Order: sequence, then structure tokens, then C-alpha cells
Amino acid sequence: MTTVPSPFLPTAHEAGAYRWQSLVRFLFLSLTVLLLVPVLGILGVLVVEGAPAMTPSFFLDKPSKLGAAGGIWPALVGTIWLTAVALMVALPLGVAAAIYLAEYARDNWLTRLINLAIVNLAGVPSIVHALFGVGAFVYFLGFGESILAASCTLAVMTLPVVIVATRESLQAVPKAFREACWNMGASRWQTIWNIVLPNSVSGILTGLILVVCRAVGETAPIMFTGAVFLRMVAPESVFDRTMALSFHLYTVSTQVTEVPRAIPFAVALTLILVVLSMNALAIWFRMKLRGRKKW
Amino acid sequence: MSAILFIAGIFLFIGSQGMEFAWNRLSITELLFGDRWEPTADPPRYGAWPLIAGTAWITAVAMLVAVPLSFAAAIYVGEFAKGKQREWLKVLIELLAAIPSVVWGVIGLQVMGPILQSVFGLQSGLNVLNAGIILGLMAAPIMTTIAEDALKAVPESYREAAEALGATRWQVVRKVVLAHARPGLSAAVLLGIGRAFGETIAVLMASGHRLMPPGSVFDSAATITATIAAELGEAAVDGDHYQVLFVLGLVLFLITFSINLLADWIVRGRRRA
Amino acid sequence: MVSPSLHATPTARDTAPALVTVRGLGIRYGAKVALQGVDLDIRRNEIFGIIGPANAGKTSFLRALNRMDEFVPHMQIDGTVTFAGRDVRTIRNLYALRSHIGVVFPLPVGLPLSIYDNVALSPRLRGERSKAVLDEIVERCLRRAALWDEVKDRLQGLGSLLSGGQQQRLTIARALSQEPELLLLDEFSIAVDPVTTMRIEEVLKELRRELTIVLVTNLVQQARRLADRTAFFLGGRCVEITPTERMFSGGATDPRTADYLEGRFG
Repeated sequence: MTTVPSPFLPTAHEAGAYRWQSLVRFLFLSLTVLLLVPVLGILGVLVVEGAPAMTPSFFLDKPSKLGAAGGIWPALVGTIWLTAVALMVALPLGVAAAIYLAEYARDNWLTRLINLAIVNLAGVPSIVHALFGVGAFVYFLGFGESILAASCTLAVMTLPVVIVATRESLQAVPKAFREACWNMGASRWQTIWNIVLPNSVSGILTGLILVVCRAVGETAPIMFTGAVFLRMVAPESVFDRTMALSFHLYTVSTQVTEVPRAIPFAVALTLILVVLSMNALAIWFRMKLRGRKKW
Repeated sequence: MSAILFIAGIFLFIGSQGMEFAWNRLSITELLFGDRWEPTADPPRYGAWPLIAGTAWITAVAMLVAVPLSFAAAIYVGEFAKGKQREWLKVLIELLAAIPSVVWGVIGLQVMGPILQSVFGLQSGLNVLNAGIILGLMAAPIMTTIAEDALKAVPESYREAAEALGATRWQVVRKVVLAHARPGLSAAVLLGIGRAFGETIAVLMASGHRLMPPGSVFDSAATITATIAAELGEAAVDGDHYQVLFVLGLVLFLITFSINLLADWIVRGRRRA
Repeated sequence: MVSPSLHATPTARDTAPALVTVRGLGIRYGAKVALQGVDLDIRRNEIFGIIGPANAGKTSFLRALNRMDEFVPHMQIDGTVTFAGRDVRTIRNLYALRSHIGVVFPLPVGLPLSIYDNVALSPRLRGERSKAVLDEIVERCLRRAALWDEVKDRLQGLGSLLSGGQQQRLTIARALSQEPELLLLDEFSIAVDPVTTMRIEEVLKELRRELTIVLVTNLVQQARRLADRTAFFLGGRCVEITPTERMFSGGATDPRTADYLEGRFG
């Protein structure tokens, strides 16, 4: 016991475990990077191949030669219409449902069933939504193939996103705020309107942006409910059929022959720029939300 | 409330559109096992086996791609990465999830196709492998997110206690965290399968859409979803062909519905225990 | 210099090199200072007691010893802490360091593994595969932690489902299974009943022959019963370090220590 002990050194086994852990860590990082390479790769390819075709006239002209030449103006406007109408349908419904679920619903079988339905609605394949849109909106409700039918289909599809995003931001508002408000004699609804909603605006906006992303990007649900292959003029009412960016991209890549290689890439780049900038906005909102949450 | 309404509505509408035909003139055995899908021939044949086989092949390849990538990413982001690096990786994974499926389709068609063609010396690069890789990459972000949530649900005190014993982070993950997170990870795989399974446009563009059961990953194939998308526009409304596509839609709906229920049940089952 | 009357002849323990030397240790959480200017030596085979009121920096001190700082965001360690001759801040393989130091946290954490696997985890991490050896280690450690009789028939049951007191003893058994050179106990008796506490205290006295123990305790009398020397921490500083007997027989050098011992604050 009086001999001078040797200084602390990892045993061979401990050193081995440490090396192994470093190796595993590196392996996982590599796989993660491998997963993310496509994001940058896709962006790179799209920019290299598509950017040269993106001139002002590309955005502002009508398509010609079935889309093999000319621009994308009607598709651009059509996508804006589709998205806007989808938002007008999905947002009120979704926010109302979220308020009900977060503020009024008790934890009973009905709430559980609703939650289950929301989860399932989110998992339904987009082509099934398309079939539903055809059956329900185009024929049963008699909207015909129109912006209205297509937007309603998109709205149903994006509803779970709105509900979940809004509900989460509502639930993030501390209970103490609510109780303080109730103690002042405010009704439940007054509390929600004055305290809860203003505090969860970022969450609602995030939901809104995600809806826009989905609505802009989806193809299958609008293919049979309101999108058309070619239409020279921008739509003027919700009962018009319309071109859309996503569907246009699908047709110029698969249906039309002799399309210059740059055209689909340019359309894809436009689409992805819209979607990514929207997403960046959503991420920014969320960070702001998280920053503010240090009440 | 609206959600239930829509779920029930979807089920009813799709069901009602296809039911009349399914009841009266369609043999379920032929639909499930018939190996010829020739809805426009005379007489038409509605054997969906090629589509079912194509869907299964492509989904399987997609999971072979997505499971290792997404689990590795989830473990790295959740257990190893710190601070800024972690935030950045999460943002990039979200961006990956945001790429629209039609853009993935263009990538499959114009980029991945030629690459596979030249690497493996194939006649066409539009095949099961192409669609599977594309779908795998599409399903991976959502799987990563769910898997990471499952890891996050493991209390930090477990990690702290195990590391205090001298376990390396990897030993902690392997011996403690993964065991505890297993239900969430299974749910992630299930939802990934649901996602890959239900994807339409990207598959339609990348798979080559050949109505035959594939024999290898280098064969072109068709999926249920892609077939509906490709043929719904041409089928006469309320005709047999139109109705059989709705029947396929109903099948898809039921399958994804049960996958979701199963995933939900697995996650909840753990919470109760 | 302290008066030599109580320790007339220095024992071997007093002259052997210290297991842990701490010089100018400071710990910050962001801008908040938890501990500053701590100098002390922990000798081999002693029980070193640390007493003091809440927020004195006792737990932070333990975290610095086995480098569990990465679990606390913004925790910053200044000064030097050497363990067996190595500065712990220069050790890259922290896992090896931690496997030589056993820790018992105030709130017990039974890992979600079976009771057997909880105790066998550390030997297994060291590469021990033999079932017979593991069985022996598990039994010995559980016995020492006064838990064996209660759980010997359900070793395959989940450790995280034991009662709080049982989990605490499981944690102690787990720490012992590391065969550590240094054992850090952070208010271990907080969740344990008095009878069991006494049994564990007996075990600790025996363990002193094999290893070194740092005992952070909120029970002043526990330090008196167990510790060879006791340090009094107050407001992020180490106020004094005195042989326990002397501290409790009116020999505290700092009036604040005497106040604390007599229950005048804290």
C-alpha cells in the first residue's frame, strides 16, 4: 500500500472499447451524410441543368409545342390558385379541429378515435386521396374537374398537418397562462381568443407553410381532379381547370417527346425553390417559437 | 370531428365507386392472384398480381435502403451529434423530406436511370432498383424523425447512469437505449413501409411501369399506386376498368390503414407497460 | 498548521500519494458560478466526507471528478483535478476514467434491464463473459448493498420496477460491480430507510480497506459516523477540511462550520 501506484491508464479493453466507439460514431456519421448527399446532389444537378433555361420569359410566357418550348406562366398561376384555395379550405377546418382537440376535448374514446383518424388520414396514399377527390368532389358534389375540386382534395390531404402543427403549438402554451386568465373570470373561448391563439401564431403559421409545401408539390391528387395537361391562359375562377407546376413537370418529363433536357430541370428547380424557401420559412418560425418559449 | 368524417368519407366513397363491380363481376381470386393485368384487352383481364409483386419488390428495396440510413442518421443525430452540427443535420433531413415526389421522379428518370444503366449495363435504368432507391430516400427522413423521437423518449438519466458505469456512448446505445426504444423503431419501419407503399408519382416515373411481376431488381415493374395514376385518366367513368381501379384504391387504403393502426398500437402498447 | 495532538504519528495512509488532488477547481454553469477556488487532496483508502447546505457545490464537485460534465449543458470546469496522477481534463477516453470511478446518484436510476443485468453490465463492459464469474460478482455486490435477500428469487425482474430504496441499493451494487478505485456517494441514504442505511454504512466501513470513498451527505451525523476527514462546503467554496473527530469535538476551525453543525443554519 505504500508503494507508489502507477498513474491512471485505460486498460487494453477500455482503450479498445473507446476505439470501437469512435469507429461506430464515424460509421454513423458517414451513413447520415450518405443520406443527405442526395439533397445537395439534387439541388446541384437541378441548378446546373435547369438554371440556364430559367429566363424571365420562361416564367412569363405561355407554353408551346405541348410544353417542349415556351414558358410556364399558366402553370405558375394555376399552382398559386390551387394552393390558395386549398389553404382557405384547410386552415379554418384544421385550426378549428385543433382548438377543439387541444382545449375542449377530454381524454375519452372519441378523442382517441379522432387522433387515430388524424394519424391514418396522414398515412393515406396520395393516389387514394385522388380517388376520393374524384368520387366525392368531382362527381358527388358536382364540382367537376376544377380548381375547387383539386383544392378540396389537397385540403383533405393536408388537414392532418394543420391539425397536428396547430394542436402542438396550442398545447405548448403554459397552463398557468390559461389559469391566470380564467381566474380573472374570462370564459374558455375568451381565454383561447385572447391568450392562447396569439401565443401559438408561429405554430399555426408553420402548419400553414407546410400545407403550402404539400399543395405545391403534390401531383397525384390533382391529376384527375382539376389539373390539365395544357391550357394557354391562366384560370379566372375556381370552376376553371388549370395547369399546375407539379403536373406540368410530370407531363414534360414523361408524356411529351423531344423536350429539351433543360426544361424539366428548370421546372423542377422552380418547384423545389418554392418548396424549400417555404420550408426554410417554417424552420425559421419554429426557431423563433422555440426561442420565445423561454417565457 | 372532421378527420373522422373524412376517413369514413374516403372509405365510403372509394368503396361505393368500386363495390357494384366488385360484387357482381370481379373474382377476388383473379384480382389477387391473376398474373395478367390487361384492362383494355377483349376480354379484359384484371389480375393484379404483377402490381402486387411490383409493389412488394420496390417496397422491399426501399426498406433495404431506408432502414440502415435512417436508423444510422437517427442514432447519430440523437446520440452522438451535439450543438450546431445536430441542428444543421436536422434541418437538412427536413429539407430532404420536403422535396416533392414529382421532383424525385425526375431525378429517377433523368439522373438515376442513366447511372444505373451504365453501371450495370442494362437496357433500361428504370427498374425496381431505381424506384426502390428513390423511395428509400423519400421514406428515410420521416423514418429518421420517428426513430429519433423514439430515442429521445428514453430518459436521459439512463444514459447518465450507464455512462457513469464507464459504458461508451455506443455501449449505452446498444445495451440500454435501443432495447428501450424498440417499439418506436418498429413503428418507424412500419410507417416507412406505409410511405413507400403509397407513393405514386415518383414510382410511376422511376419504375419503368411494366405490367409484369419482376424477376430481379433490374426488371422494370409497376405498382398498384402507379397503375391507378396511369390508367384512371383513360378509364371510362363508371365502367368496369374505372371501378376496378377504385377497388385497388380500397385495397391500398385498407393496407395503409392497418399499417398505421399497427404502428399506433405498438407505440401505445409500450406506453402502457 | 493544525495541532498534531490528534494524529501524533502519521500513518502510512497520510503519507501515501493522494488518489485525487484538486487545485484551484472552479465550476461554472454559463455565467453562474457553482464552485470556486477548491484545493484538496483525497487520500487512498479514506472516507472523505463532504457536508454543507443545498447549493454549496457538492454535487458539482463530484461531477468534476468523474467528468460527467457533458450531461449538463454549459458546465465549465476550471483548475485541475488529478485522478491517480492524471489530470482528468486531459483524458480523452472518459469512459475508462468513469469505469474506475463508481457513482451513486441521490435519485436512484435502475436501468431498464433485469436486476441481474444491471449489476452484470459493468463487468460485461470490461469483457467478462463467464457466467460463473458474473454470477459470483452479482451475488457479492448485491449482498454488499444489502439487497441480495430481497431480490435473489427474482434476479430476472426489471431493475426499474423496484421500489425507490431498492433501486438505490441496486445502484450501489452496480457501482461496486465496477470494482472502482474511487466510489462517489451523493446523498445515497436519501431514499433508503434507516435500518438499511446502517447496513450500508457497515459495508462502507469494510470497503475502506479496498477503495477510496467520497461521501457527500446531508446527514451531518452520517459524516461523523463514517468519514475520516470531513470538508465543509458553503456557497461554492470549501470552507474547511478537518479530521472528522476533531470537527465534531469542537475543533472546527471556521465558526460557520460550527454554526452549521449545531443546526444554526442550512
